[in-house]
Amino acid sequence: MTSANRQIVFDNVSKFYGEVLGVNRVSFSLDQGITSLVGPNGSGKTTLMNLVTGLIKPTRGSIHVLGLTTRQPVELFRQVGYCTQFDSFPPGSTGYDFIFWPLRLHGFGREQAARLTAEALERAGMTQVARRKVAGYSKGMRQRIRLAQAIAHHPPVLVLDEPLNGLDPIARAEAIALFESLAKQGMHVIISSHILEEVDRISDRVVLMSSGYVVAEGQIREVRKEVRDHPMQILVSCSNAARLASAAFEQNHVVEARILNDSRGVLIRTRDPEQFYLLLNKIVCSGLIEVDAVAPADDDVNSIYQYLIGSNGGPT
Amino acid sequence: MSARDLITQTKGWTQKQPWGLYASQVFVLVRNEVRRNLFTRRRLWVYLLVVIPVVILLLHNAFAQNTAEAFYIEADTRVLARIVQLYYVRLGIFFACMGIFTWLFRGEMVERTLHYQFLVPVRREVLVIGKFLAGTLISTLLFESAVLACFYLTYERFGVAGRSYIFDGPGLHQLGAYLLVTALACVGYGSVFLALSLLFKNPIVPGLVLMGWETIAPIFPAWAQRLSVTSYLRPLSAVTLPVEGRLAIFTVVTEPVPPVLAILGLLCFSVAVLVLCCLLINRTEITYTAE
Repeated sequence: MTSANRQIVFDNVSKFYGEVLGVNRVSFSLDQGITSLVGPNGSGKTTLMNLVTGLIKPTRGSIHVLGLTTRQPVELFRQVGYCTQFDSFPPGSTGYDFIFWPLRLHGFGREQAARLTAEALERAGMTQVARRKVAGYSKGMRQRIRLAQAIAHHPPVLVLDEPLNGLDPIARAEAIALFESLAKQGMHVIISSHILEEVDRISDRVVLMSSGYVVAEGQIREVRKEVRDHPMQILVSCSNAARLASAAFEQNHVVEARILNDSRGVLIRTRDPEQFYLLLNKIVCSGLIEVDAVAPADDDVNSIYQYLIGSNGGPT
Repeated sequence: MSARDLITQTKGWTQKQPWGLYASQVFVLVRNEVRRNLFTRRRLWVYLLVVIPVVILLLHNAFAQNTAEAFYIEADTRVLARIVQLYYVRLGIFFACMGIFTWLFRGEMVERTLHYQFLVPVRREVLVIGKFLAGTLISTLLFESAVLACFYLTYERFGVAGRSYIFDGPGLHQLGAYLLVTALACVGYGSVFLALSLLFKNPIVPGLVLMGWETIAPIFPAWAQRLSVTSYLRPLSAVTLPVEGRLAIFTVVTEPVPPVLAILGLLCFSVAVLVLCCLLINRTEITYTAE
């Protein structure tokens, strides 16, 4: 199996809805693990997800999912599970039917489909209410039953559009744990979410989008390094904050050293974090200060998102 | 057996026997569509279209006992022919098919559930066939039951003479012709309305245009008449009804077509329309906001 056959590849993909831009000239490839799509409303996240799953077709360019295109639906949809944002269900269907009958369309026999349905319901914590009509479900339950349907056939690629929407904190934690376990099993998990803290915690890489363009893409810390317009913030908690601030100010790459109110910490803004860490090592070795903790303060999705996309439109 | 083994095993057989997979998918699609479209309040008006003649015949039988003599059999046979050929085929089946077949895809777009059909490993051509067969099954079941009921009610009141007309006379042959025409009308109109629902966001207007065309098609040359469903059904009628009304003087009398050719012609016409549906569905995208 070639590397491209293990990846999700976007090759110069553009999508226009008439004259309206969906996404433009998107090119990247995704490996296994959790990838988060982040961007404001209308930035093209859902368009990208719909393109991967063939619900819409690219105006230009091509998409390959594990070497398959959307022109091979029988093979592709064995490999892909998609939990969409559309909060609609076939009228009259129960939670059980909602998972069971699509599995029958996969070619599973009655017993096999029933077994996989039971397993998916259990993983999504929906076994108790499976025989109830979906129309009577709460928003969180509807979200979970869609998730159960998406994972029921054990697809190696899972696409989740705002999967944490409507979930209570416990269900959210369970869902995140599920995503992490699926990623550890070698799956591709693509998530769009506006809960940036949670995305940050679980993502192996991010794709930042704005107005139909991919603004940045890659591992979060790598992306942060690329954002050179905004010096990196490092929070150092130490015994002598004033001494550290003074030493830091002597460096050209340090643009700000702010002593925190408790005088036990300094927030450093630097254009060259590597050089700052070397400096910090020297100071600590010389015994001038004792360091309690060092932590990057803005190499998370939230900060990168703010730096790259700003407040235009606000996060979705 | 683990879930992973189960999936590998199923993938194996579906790859080895794709036609077996298609058949099972069509079965599931038909089952789901029949449940969704047959047993629903939305179809109440279709049931009404179906039962109106049955109810009228029931009332007629209850209140017109004095006409239950053998003498009236021929007159009632013409009435039954009018019910089937003019009411059911031209009106009931036409509008019922418009409601049932246009809703198969367009309804799912309105209800925002079509993406579920597109996200399973089913070829879209199989999806078209499954939905079409479901629509045909529903409409045929409803209208053939109604035709059977009308036929029974027409001759039942004549007692021995009625039974003699059915079993010793032309009755059974006429019943077979009515059932055949009904089924073919469902197939023909069904395929056309399925295509219209994929071509137009609101298929009602083109549906009404189609009705106009079906009405005036007889005044056009023979080749143009081949583009109307009723032109294929006319040669199959067991009871010939005289052409009446203002259009009668413009009617172009075409050479009689053998029934086999008429059946094959309609089936070929429907297959051609379904091929068009397959092409259209492969171009369909999920953009509910545009609906």
